[in-house]
Amino acid sequence: MLVEIENLRVAFRSRSETVEAVRGVSFCVGKEKFAIVGESGSGKSLTARSLMQLLPGQAEVSADVLRFDGIDLRGASESVMRTLRGKRVGFILQDPKYSLNPVMTIGQQIAEAWREHKGGSRKAAMLAAIGLLEQVKIHDAAAVAKRYPHEVSGGMGQRVMIAMMLAPDPELLIADEPTSALDATVQAEILKLIDELVSARGMGLILISHDLPLVSHFCDRVAVMYAGRIVELLNAGELHQARHPYTQGLLACLPSLRHPRARLPVLQRDAAWRGEETQ
Amino acid sequence: MIEIADLRIAFAGQDVVKGVTFQVANGESFGLVGESGSGKSTILRALAGLNHAWRGRMTFGGLALDARRGRNFYRQVQMVFQDPYGSLHPRQTIDRILHEPLLVHRIDRAEQRISQALNEVGLPAALRFRYPHQLSGGQRQRVAIARALIAEPEVLLLDEPTSALDVSVQAEILNLLSDLRTERKLTYIMVTHNLAVVAHLCQRIGVMQHGKMVEQLSADDLRARRIQHPHTAQLFDLSMTLEEPA
Amino acid sequence: MTFFSRSWLLADSPGNRRQAVWGRRYRLWLTLRSNPLAVAGLVVILLMLMLALFAPLLSGFEPGAQHLENRLAAPSALHWLGTDELGRDVWTRIIYGGRTTLGMVIAVVLLTAPLGLLIGCIAGYCGGVIDKALMRITDIFLAFPRLILALAFVAALKPGVESAILAIALTAWPPYARLARAETLQFRHSDFIAASRITGASPLRIILRHIMPLCVPSLIVRVTLDMSSIIITAASLGFLGMGAQPPSPEWGTMIATARRFLFSEWWVPLMPCLAIFLTSLAFNFLGDGLRDVLDPKER
Repeated sequence: MLVEIENLRVAFRSRSETVEAVRGVSFCVGKEKFAIVGESGSGKSLTARSLMQLLPGQAEVSADVLRFDGIDLRGASESVMRTLRGKRVGFILQDPKYSLNPVMTIGQQIAEAWREHKGGSRKAAMLAAIGLLEQVKIHDAAAVAKRYPHEVSGGMGQRVMIAMMLAPDPELLIADEPTSALDATVQAEILKLIDELVSARGMGLILISHDLPLVSHFCDRVAVMYAGRIVELLNAGELHQARHPYTQGLLACLPSLRHPRARLPVLQRDAAWRGEETQ
Repeated sequence: MIEIADLRIAFAGQDVVKGVTFQVANGESFGLVGESGSGKSTILRALAGLNHAWRGRMTFGGLALDARRGRNFYRQVQMVFQDPYGSLHPRQTIDRILHEPLLVHRIDRAEQRISQALNEVGLPAALRFRYPHQLSGGQRQRVAIARALIAEPEVLLLDEPTSALDVSVQAEILNLLSDLRTERKLTYIMVTHNLAVVAHLCQRIGVMQHGKMVEQLSADDLRARRIQHPHTAQLFDLSMTLEEPA
Repeated sequence: MTFFSRSWLLADSPGNRRQAVWGRRYRLWLTLRSNPLAVAGLVVILLMLMLALFAPLLSGFEPGAQHLENRLAAPSALHWLGTDELGRDVWTRIIYGGRTTLGMVIAVVLLTAPLGLLIGCIAGYCGGVIDKALMRITDIFLAFPRLILALAFVAALKPGVESAILAIALTAWPPYARLARAETLQFRHSDFIAASRITGASPLRIILRHIMPLCVPSLIVRVTLDMSSIIITAASLGFLGMGAQPPSPEWGTMIATARRFLFSEWWVPLMPCLAIFLTSLAFNFLGDGLRDVLDPKER
């Protein structure tokens, strides 16, 4: 088991009130592709980030179990986290524009990530960087390595992010809405790439997205989150048989090419879906 | 009612729109679909008068349009933008935002029209004197729609109105747009990258690729896959594959 | 009649525009109030203003009344801050001098801030030739050293408070124009401005009603922080004899005429120094606090 989480809670305390954004989330991820799907405000991003202690300062995290590969992450020191972040757990965020250093060439950045975790000479690192760019299916990798981030398209930027993340050979990849900012065709290509790389390297994947049908094509299991809780957990191939009304509602309210409807069914939110409120 | 003939738009020396021609009849709903960079939003913004650097011919109601648009044009044509977080003035209350078109066009009975507008888009009156940052994305987009319709235009230009919204909110907004069009007999020109959305809301669709309109077809033809251009076919097949859960 | 209670101001759903606007201002005030230094600054400034306004009530002496037999007296129960080299009560001259100094500062701000704001917003919004022309004019005025220009002015006109105000104002407005222009450029291409254009609003209306209100918060912060340098410039002009002319009290002039007593009757030059220092510091604290309250987070 790569990741074990039980009863994860994330709260934000302000002057007047405490808001619990994640309220008792539990799941396990092995060497498989696991998706967390939800709308904005569901707490999906916070859940993933809490694993790596990448939350803003005022967030309070508590859990009964929060383990990566058997290592207890609750209250783990920064030095322990540093051995995990990047090295054993890779992270891809939504917009490569904000994650890539604008003043270094692509090749330099990947080479630096390589040298950070594996050492070696600059030349070896640059060669490895070009190799990684080829692994993420970038044509003419040597030429792209000399370009700056603003000179490449969104899809290519995301491939560069993936290459950079793969440099230290991590065991787990957490991808937070990696394709939301991309076109449909590019989206499909990037997800397929992630899919292949994860399978080939025997990694685990936690994919966070708002697009339920999309992730079902690329993942093994899906957790649907609503208001800070997981309301349904099922295998990707069984989405048709979803039982929770929220999941069913999410699927039903999408406009469809196959099944035209004059009016789209609208999600009627039931207060009961929020579950018991905790103090 | 709206005719675009051989429209060409260039940004910084590069042609972004390369000779696009299409017509939209009165009361029709026309969709411009394509990937980012295809030029669809650029066409819409040029039609709205936000972009002056275009060549070709644009006609509205039989009259040719030139670079500047008069106030009269804006009385008849309005626009809803993609980003609900950016299209409302951050320091004005919803009431003030809705009041602005009425002030500019000197329309009377403002008080009545504002509360009616809020009602029509399904917003509670309690939101009227709040600021945009106190509203959710879906609520802001409803305000944007209310603002666009408060001066009673005939044509609504929609620039990816639901792309930035949650899926459940998108459904509500699409229903709202559909209802409003029937009630007020509006003409829509909508830009989107989502084929399912465009087929849902629009009767005719123009497919854009790299600045050219590669195909024009009806929504029914699209659904039945009576497609001629390979790019349209590619978009269609991808959409069909990904829209159903595995 | 509105009733400005706390619950009215903090209501979740304001019932009218005034309630919404005041509610927002009240929330900003609450944030400012939680910053002790900013509050201290505000209190000091208000105190100085009160002292200046009510000067005749706060002192039994005339600022110009000379009592040569009592010159350079130490602080006592009668003369709280002692007397200067002509026997005039220092406390009285400080608070009357506050009128001059603060008056000059307020006059400068009232002249320069709206002008700078308007020029900057027009330049930023219109772009093109108008922008270039206005910015070149701004650059020219920015290049003038303040004191040198003041001396030149005074040589051309007569020395006095009006010349000093004009001289400072001429060189104080360019930074505000630049600030307003930078802010305008940020908003110019935003969707809500595009939406205003599509409403059919004229460029002037967009600049005045939509863009300028967005630039005002940064401008307020900048002006507050500039106050201290304007005060010091006014005092410097006074020190050089270019500002308020004797016997009119002015903090800078007071330091100049008493500087030879710095090591003997030190209270005479030191009190006006302290007044300048405290006021400038107070404006700086307040400006910092305002920046935290008014700046980006709100957006």
